[in-house]
Amino acid sequence: MLEQLIPSLVDGLLIGFVYGVAAMGLTLIWGVMRVINLAHGPIIALGMFGVYVLFNDGLGLNPYVSLPIVGAAGVLFGIVIYSIAVHRVINAPHLSSLLATFAVSMIIIGVGTSRLTTNVYTVGLDLGSVTIGPITVTVTRLVAAGVSVFVAAGLYLFLYRTSTGKAIRAVANNRSAAELMGIPSSRVLALSFGLGTMLAVIAGGLISTIFPFRILSGGAYELKSFVIGVLGGLGNPLGALVGGLILGGLEGLIPVFMPTTWVPVFEFGLFVLILLVRPSGLFGARQ
Amino acid sequence: MNLLRQPGFWLTVLLVLAGGLLAPITQSATVRESMFLVLMFVALASSLNIILGYTGYVSFGHIVFFGLGGYVGFYFLSQQSWSLAPAALMGGLAAALLALLLGLSILRLRGAYFALATIGINEAMRALITNLKIFGGPTGMSLHFSVYQEYGGATQALWITYFAMFGLALVVVVLSFVVKKSKFGLGLVSIREDEDAAMVMGVRAPRAKTWSFVLSAVIPGIIGTLFFFKNGNIEPGDAFRLHLSIETIVMVMLGGQGTVLGPVLGAAGYERLRGFLLTNPTFKDLQLAFAGLALLIIVLFVPAGVVGWLRTRLPRLRRVLE
Repeated sequence: MLEQLIPSLVDGLLIGFVYGVAAMGLTLIWGVMRVINLAHGPIIALGMFGVYVLFNDGLGLNPYVSLPIVGAAGVLFGIVIYSIAVHRVINAPHLSSLLATFAVSMIIIGVGTSRLTTNVYTVGLDLGSVTIGPITVTVTRLVAAGVSVFVAAGLYLFLYRTSTGKAIRAVANNRSAAELMGIPSSRVLALSFGLGTMLAVIAGGLISTIFPFRILSGGAYELKSFVIGVLGGLGNPLGALVGGLILGGLEGLIPVFMPTTWVPVFEFGLFVLILLVRPSGLFGARQ
Repeated sequence: MNLLRQPGFWLTVLLVLAGGLLAPITQSATVRESMFLVLMFVALASSLNIILGYTGYVSFGHIVFFGLGGYVGFYFLSQQSWSLAPAALMGGLAAALLALLLGLSILRLRGAYFALATIGINEAMRALITNLKIFGGPTGMSLHFSVYQEYGGATQALWITYFAMFGLALVVVVLSFVVKKSKFGLGLVSIREDEDAAMVMGVRAPRAKTWSFVLSAVIPGIIGTLFFFKNGNIEPGDAFRLHLSIETIVMVMLGGQGTVLGPVLGAAGYERLRGFLLTNPTFKDLQLAFAGLALLIIVLFVPAGVVGWLRTRLPRLRRVLE
């Protein structure tokens, strides 16, 4: 049991960091503008294909080199989505922004399916594996976790050590007060949406180095992001990282004791339970 | 009765009647199949409208009632050899019970938190049913073809399900009219506008919300049984398809949330639009993207839907367009 448990748990925790980054994107957008981004999953899938195209189609760019490029494209893409689809409904009831972002997701999936079909793709990056004591992990998974921690730290420094980050936190806290202080709130909102999108594509890019994927794969990670976001408190990016670890840990633990198909039962059961008992998350959202 | 003197009531009911009678008049299987889907969406969208449009709670995973009702009804049909009507009632009952239980708990959540919780419940239910042996696990259950003999052959069974669906669509439309005009419905609308103020004015919000949730869940549960009876088999992926849930919301939005006529027009319009996009050679590959574009345009520019837009533009029509 134990020799099964430890490697499985380590694998789960490592992927949990990547889930955390994906969820940070979702929760950042919610925290700043109270919008649940239903295009989150397809955007994660776009990140996967971004890395795939740069690596496999001629350029042969190493996925870790192309990650910043994909991330930068993600920021721009997010700003475009915000300006076209979200800005007009930012003050409307929740249903409007939910449906607007869902419409974006339909457009991405529609165009994606017609261009890429729904076939399964693999990046095909093999860096071997390392053994530390009793545990053997693949290098891609280890690097993915490392990059995730690095990205999370970067986001923290950006939000808490730069003046733009301060503006984002101010707008999240109280938009009208921030506007009175001369903060250009529309631009800050657009940038925040861009950052959320960037986190999603980076998470997608990292996942693509570990698992096979297709254009519809994002949906599963979107649902995981919801679970993690609620675990860590919606609107609390650092809580999302911890939530990601919890979810990854569960995904590592549960299959040791019962069939893998029970994992989603526990994940969504926990999700609904947390929403009922503590809607602000395990750690309380920092508003 | 007061209701029968309302032109808006007659307009909606006649519209559904005309659509539903199209199939028996033409006796054509093609018309029957396409109208079956239209009537199903009319009933689903109008049911959803009670919680979404009247009460203002965004039930994003509303399809869970369709799926659970389908599963429970199908269980009685295939494993206990019940006939269609009692099995369908069991489906509706199961959905209502789930809604009652959920209503007592998750309706405390407001706004996006409620929407997220309903998504979670749908996914949890799908995952749970995938693991339940008595419901056939991941492969689901199927009906033996001989079951249809009981109803006088497969064709006859298809007509029976069609008329049952037709009847249900009429029931839902009448129900949403009755609710809208009742004191109970007025309470729901006041909860939508301002829940705290409604409570101060004496609306028992938790109770009213729970009943509106139950009302909006019963018919989808019955429809689930009918749909999967006609389908012949049921799988977790088909029963709890989140996408279908969102499509139903789109229909309500398209026609106009909170109106009786809106979901009927929205469901019919969306079904036709999708059929057109799927068969048209220019749009076929990109049908999902075009549907998304249409949705985006509606959400951004006509958020009140067709009926809502007409009601603001042409105040004289308000008596007719309820």
